[in-house]
Amino acid sequence: MLSKKQARAFFLGGTLVTFLIFIGLTIYSLSESQDQSNYQNITEEVSRGKHLWEKNNCMGCHTIMGEGGYYAPELTKVVERRGEAYIKAALMSEAPWQVNGRKMVAYNMSEAEANDMVAFFKWIGEIDLNGFETVVSPLAKDKINN
Amino acid sequence: MKYKSQKVAYWFFALSMLLLSLQLVYGFIMGFAHAGMDGLHEWIPFNTAKAVHTNLLVVWLLSGFMGAAYYIIPEEAQHELVSVKLAYVQLISLALVGVAAIVGYHFNYWEGRKFLEIPRPLDYLVVVNVLLFLGLILITLFKGKRKTTTALVLSMGLLFAALLYLPGMLDFDSQVLDSFFRWWVVHLWVEGVWELIMGGILSFLLIKLTGVDREVIEKWLYVIVGLTFLSGILGTGHHYYYIGVNKIWLIVGGIFSALEPLAFLAMALFAVNMYRKGEKKHPNKIALYWTLGSAIVSFVGAGLLGFAHTLPQTNLYTHGTIVTAMHGHLAFWGAYAMIVFAIISYALPNMTGRKYYDSSRGRMAFWLSNIGMIGMTVAFGVAGVAQVYMERIMKIDFMKVQLEIQVHFIVLIIMATLFSVGITLYIIEFIKHGKPTDEALEVKTQ
Repeated sequence: MLSKKQARAFFLGGTLVTFLIFIGLTIYSLSESQDQSNYQNITEEVSRGKHLWEKNNCMGCHTIMGEGGYYAPELTKVVERRGEAYIKAALMSEAPWQVNGRKMVAYNMSEAEANDMVAFFKWIGEIDLNGFETVVSPLAKDKINN
Repeated sequence: MKYKSQKVAYWFFALSMLLLSLQLVYGFIMGFAHAGMDGLHEWIPFNTAKAVHTNLLVVWLLSGFMGAAYYIIPEEAQHELVSVKLAYVQLISLALVGVAAIVGYHFNYWEGRKFLEIPRPLDYLVVVNVLLFLGLILITLFKGKRKTTTALVLSMGLLFAALLYLPGMLDFDSQVLDSFFRWWVVHLWVEGVWELIMGGILSFLLIKLTGVDREVIEKWLYVIVGLTFLSGILGTGHHYYYIGVNKIWLIVGGIFSALEPLAFLAMALFAVNMYRKGEKKHPNKIALYWTLGSAIVSFVGAGLLGFAHTLPQTNLYTHGTIVTAMHGHLAFWGAYAMIVFAIISYALPNMTGRKYYDSSRGRMAFWLSNIGMIGMTVAFGVAGVAQVYMERIMKIDFMKVQLEIQVHFIVLIIMATLFSVGITLYIIEFIKHGKPTDEALEVKTQ
């Protein structure tokens, strides 16, 4: 029968080994040669867009790369799906943007801010998401029902 | 209660109950918004309600864990807490930081990163607060007469939880990296070190409630937390499938996260077996309900329902849908809310000297809240599966699908009402116990 000492060794040993593998895999998958995000394409506009994305807690309602609030549409491929003009209109609207009755906060953004957001969405839209991008945001040409 | 300083736990538990009540209010706001009734949008838009709902959960659970530690550590270490005054300072500062963050969310003052919305200046205050807490607990532990495995596992869980808060404070210009390290905090908390805290509390309660030998219980505690880390650390990979990092995580995350239910299964079998083995029948039946309930419901909510959408081929479709909310609700309820309720139900009669061990109100609180939460989980599940089929497979537009699944949120609200009645009864029971008193030291506790 397992002794307490052996149980402790199992806990400490297992933790140490899996932790080291985890760190190794983290270093490997974040190394430059494995980049799937086009990191070099992050411009100042994209960074400002990300800052606005966070400052306004957009992921409190929307999702991006599948992460967020599940209350408003996924925005990973939003530029391809809706086009720049639509996105900017929603962001610059003075009244709550409202589609099918569900309201968005009226952010009343400036043109420059809306452009930064679009730059951020464009960068996001080009990331290789291991296949998720084709499932989550059907492009107009893929749609069969609407 | 054996040490006067254990009384400080009461006020952490009271703060927990207060914040939990508020969390339910914001949950209802979100439920109604999903059902098409968003009359509060102008003052409390959905993203505010969501940030408040999830952050209140984290703060009330942490307050509950801290209360548990202040109760358990003196008794395990056989030493009074080193400073009760500083513990009260820590309690008040925790409450102030929590309230400041939540008020801020109503004025667009936040960081907008899921679960870690607390703005950076307040993050530093959280760090100071937690350091003070850890200092008090660890010094008490090391000054104590004995260092038990239960106390060590609990303290280790709390220490790692504090350390893991730090990766969440790193700044990145890439959303991918931001998300990657955000999961170091969120995943490694709830599917890693928090399970150590849960295991520690569970072990303490089983020793007290079943009378089974400490050596036996603590041996299995090591096995359980061993399984937790063995599966949970590399299981982090299930958050990395589709966020723009290497495909290797599909294999590693898939295999190891599929093993995560083992730790919860072991926890459930362990709790039920110890109860069966135990020769001592502790009169505090309500505490026993919550203890065994937590071990079993966490296996269903965190283990089985987590497994239901953790494999990459399933998660490809369920990632970013209501299916996640289905798993999240029963998992947090079973693993963490119920274990906090268990330690409160055990500690309260000992701190106040009032032995409401088996009241009908206490039992009603247990059953109504559990039936309500299971009903909510089913409502989320039906809504989530319908969403996946319509949106991801039939490729119907997001908002059209949302209108189709609105009706499930009416069911959700009804079940949430039942849940809230259970919670209200629990809080009434809490208040009825009255305040903690030193006279309780003279009452024999079992």
